[in-house]
Amino acid sequence: MPTTPLSLTVSPIETAEVVRLAEGESPDGQFGAVATFIGTVRREHLGRQVAYLEYEAYEPLAEKALGLIAGEVAGQWPAVRLAIQHRTGRLAPGEASIVIAAASPHRAEAFQACRYAIERVKQIVPIWKREVFAGGEAWVEGAPADPSDEGARQAAYRSACG
Amino acid sequence: MRVTIRLFARLRDLGGSGTLTRDVADDASVDTVWQALAQEFPAVAPLRASIAVAVNAEYATFTTRVMDGDEVAFLPPVSGG
Repeated sequence: MPTTPLSLTVSPIETAEVVRLAEGESPDGQFGAVATFIGTVRREHLGRQVAYLEYEAYEPLAEKALGLIAGEVAGQWPAVRLAIQHRTGRLAPGEASIVIAAASPHRAEAFQACRYAIERVKQIVPIWKREVFAGGEAWVEGAPADPSDEGARQAAYRSACG
Repeated sequence: MRVTIRLFARLRDLGGSGTLTRDVADDASVDTVWQALAQEFPAVAPLRASIAVAVNAEYATFTTRVMDGDEVAFLPPVSGG
């Protein structure tokens, strides 16, 4: 398993490992809350039965993008420690594609940072999924990957903080 | 000068390969590289407005100048998470 707090992996993600990476090796009670987000492959999309998803990444930039997100989180919620693992390769319905853990002294910041992080991952990290379904396949396309788009960043913040 | 072009997802399908090597003018920008790509693979041309770019695995813009040996990546809209 990867041992850095922000990473891509071809192996199944272990949520407990991501939590441990957020908390650090020996949490001594400084965190009163750990919020986790687990993104999983849905079996149905746009009315189609999903056979599997194939995730690919531009890995060196994806890792930097995760670092950018961690930096934004540190700026907004200084007490939060964040860990993110994103899976690549072929994933079957039900498997986890991403796990985010945000450890914080208090739950409000943990929930907010965790939600902000997943919104930003979907906006800027160069990762793509190809959906293979009965009778065809299609690339899923979301946001233009522009970390300097302040409007997108504020939208992510609003999603996190209401 | 020579640059490496990285294509991902739909762009890779349209370009037939994830990694291309092409010669471009010495004063080329990312946009110059894109224009060459669009000439070679006309199906990519209409996608420009939605494409983000990176040079040597750093976010860049279409006006960023490129140097000999650079890796220029064209990124379709992302769908991670």
